[in-house]
Amino acid sequence: MSAKLAVTTLVLAGAMSTALATLATAAPLTKAEADAAVAAKKEKCFGVALKGQNDCAAGPGTTCQGTSTADFQGNAWKFVQGGTCTSIELPGGKKGSLKPV
Amino acid sequence: MPPEQNPSFAAAFAPALLDPTRTVPAIVTGPNGKAAGRRYAVYRNNVTVSLIDALAAIYPAVLRITGPDFFRAMARFHVRRTPPASPLLFDYGHGFPDFIAQYEHAQAVPWLADVARIERAWLDAYHARDAAPLSPARLSAIVPERLADIVFTPHPALGIVRSPFSAVTIFAANRDDAPVERIDASTPEDALITRPEFDVTVRRLPPGGAVFAACLASGRSLGEAAASALEASPEFDIASNIAGLIEAGAFTSLAPGDA
Amino acid sequence: MTTEIAHSTSAIPLRYSTPIGGVAGTSFKPEHLQAILGAGRQRGFFEVHAENYMGAGGPPHRALEAIRRDHPLSLHGVCMSIGGPQPLDKAHLARFRSLVARYQPALVSEHLAWSTHETSFFNDLLPLPYTEATLRYVCDHIDQVQEAIRRPLLLENPSTYVAFRDSSMAETDFIRAIAERTGCRLLLDVNNVFVSATNQGFSALEYLADFPLSRVGEIHLAGHAEQADDEGDLLLIDSHDGPVADAVWRLYEIVIQRRGPVPTLIEWDSKIPDWPVLQAEAAAAQAILDGCRPAALVGDCHAA
Repeated sequence: MSAKLAVTTLVLAGAMSTALATLATAAPLTKAEADAAVAAKKEKCFGVALKGQNDCAAGPGTTCQGTSTADFQGNAWKFVQGGTCTSIELPGGKKGSLKPV
Repeated sequence: MPPEQNPSFAAAFAPALLDPTRTVPAIVTGPNGKAAGRRYAVYRNNVTVSLIDALAAIYPAVLRITGPDFFRAMARFHVRRTPPASPLLFDYGHGFPDFIAQYEHAQAVPWLADVARIERAWLDAYHARDAAPLSPARLSAIVPERLADIVFTPHPALGIVRSPFSAVTIFAANRDDAPVERIDASTPEDALITRPEFDVTVRRLPPGGAVFAACLASGRSLGEAAASALEASPEFDIASNIAGLIEAGAFTSLAPGDA
Repeated sequence: MTTEIAHSTSAIPLRYSTPIGGVAGTSFKPEHLQAILGAGRQRGFFEVHAENYMGAGGPPHRALEAIRRDHPLSLHGVCMSIGGPQPLDKAHLARFRSLVARYQPALVSEHLAWSTHETSFFNDLLPLPYTEATLRYVCDHIDQVQEAIRRPLLLENPSTYVAFRDSSMAETDFIRAIAERTGCRLLLDVNNVFVSATNQGFSALEYLADFPLSRVGEIHLAGHAEQADDEGDLLLIDSHDGPVADAVWRLYEIVIQRRGPVPTLIEWDSKIPDWPVLQAEAAAAQAILDGCRPAALVGDCHAA
C-alpha cells in the first residue's frame, strides 16, 4: 500500500464520527444510495420464499423432457418470447438478444 | 454384463437418467413382459424436470429475463452436465452463473451471469446462519487511536457481487412481475447482499464500496480497507460506507474492542 | 465473538412421548404459514421434508419453529438414499439427526428408494430390485439411521413405474423382512399402493392383505396423474398435485377398518391450493378416522 494513500487517524476518526451520527439519525444512505436500495427491493421473504425445495412428488410423467436431445439447434431466438431482455440495452443501441453471435 | 453379476443395480440404472443418448437399462422391464421405455422415461423426466425447476426457482430473475423456453433449454444443458452433488436442492446451481457466462447462446447478454450471481448470493444469504448484526454502539466505544487497526467479523449472510454491468438494477427490475422499464446495462454496479435479521436485502454499493467491504470481510483492518478503497476509487467516501455497511448488517463483531 | 440469535429452543415443546393417535395432518407449505398461525392451535399435525430445513438458519427455521410451537410435527426425509447400494452420506445423516434433536418430531420417516449414485443427486425416489442382497444393505442403512436418531424410523413403501428382472421377492415380503430385521415401523402410502398396483399389474387389495399393517405408524394420502405406458395402457404418476382419488379413499377406509386409527397425512407438493382446500382434504381423512375405533374393540367401522 502506498504511503500517500494511508488513511490518517484524524481522517478515520472524523469519518467514524460522521458515520455514527448518520446511523443515529437512521438515515445512513445518501439519497442516491437510498434510491438504489429501494430499487433493489427488500424482498419480504419470511415464510414465502420457495426457492429450491425438495419434495417427493413425481413430476411430468411420460413427456419428452427427459428423453429429448433436441435443444436449440442454432435457432435460439425463437425461444426468447416472454423474456424482458429486450428492454435491457448495451451502448450503441444494441438491445439484449439471445441470438447466437 | 448380466445384471445378476453386477454388484450395483444403481450403476446400471443411473447413467441414462441424464443422458438421453443412452438406451433404457436392460435390468428394468415392464410387468408381464411389457416394455420399459415410457416407464423408465418417467424417472428421466422426474430427474431432468425437477432439477430444471430447482434452477428456475433459484434464478427467477434470469428466468424472467430470458423467458421460460430459453431458460429451460439452457438449464437442461447445465443439469445434464452438472447434476447436484448435494441432496439439498437449495444448495444447487452454484455453477450455473459460470455456465451462463460460457453459454454460447447467451453471449449477447453478457450481464446475465452477474444477475445470476446476485440471485445465488441471495439464496445463500437466505439460508445463512442466524447472527445478530454489529451494533453501532460497539464502534462508538473505540478510541480514535485504535480505529485504523480494528477488524470486523463478516455476518454469515454477507455477499458481494461485482459487475461491469448494471447487474443490480437488472436484478431488481426482474425479481417481481412489475413492468421492466428500459435499462442501460452498461453502468458498472456492485451488489451488497445481507440479511440482518430475516429479510435478505440487496443494495447497490457506492464507488469503492465493494473493495472496502471485501477487504473488511477478508479480515483486513479498517485502515487498510479504507486505503485500498481510496486507491481503487478516489471518490470513495469512508463515512457513508461505514454507515452503510453497519446499517445493512454486514458484520457481527469487531476486534480489538469486542471482548 | 459472534453473537448468535438464540434459537428459541424453550419454545419447542418437549418430546411427544405418547403417540399422537388417529389425527389427520397436512404437508406444511410456507405459503400457508400466515393462514395456519392465524387460526391458532388446531387438532392435527404438520409434515415437512427434512431437507428443506437443513440450512444453517434464516426464515425456514423461523417458520418451522412457529409451526412446531403449537402442533406435532412429522419429519419426512426424501434424500437419505436408504435403498441405494452405496454407504449412507454421513454428513446428511448428521444433519437429519440434528433436525430430529432440534424439533422433537412426533413422527420421523424416510423412503424405500434411492436418489444418489456416486456423487450425483438425482432428486427422485428411484426404485430398487427386491433381493436378498439388497435386503441386507437396506437393513444395514436403516440400522444406521435408527442408531443416529435413537428411535424407530417409519419406512415408506414406494410408487414404482418399472420392475427389475432380477427381483426375487414381492415388495410386501421385502418390506416385512426389513421391519422384522430392523424393528423399524412403516409409513403406508395408500396412493403409492394404488399407483404401483396399476403400474405393475397387481391387486391393491391383495397387497394390503399382505402388508404388515400392525407395524404401520403413519399413512400418506395424495393425488396422482394419469398417463400411458408403451402399450397405451394406464400408467399412474405419483404427482401429489391434486385431491386424493376416490379409489384411494376407499382403500384408505379399508386400511383404517383393519388397522384402527393411525396418523394420516394429506400430501400435496405441487400446484399447491389455498390452505382451506388442503384443510378440507384433511377433514375428510379425519372423518374416516373418527368414524372408526380399533377393530379389536368394535369389529366394524362406520366411515363418515
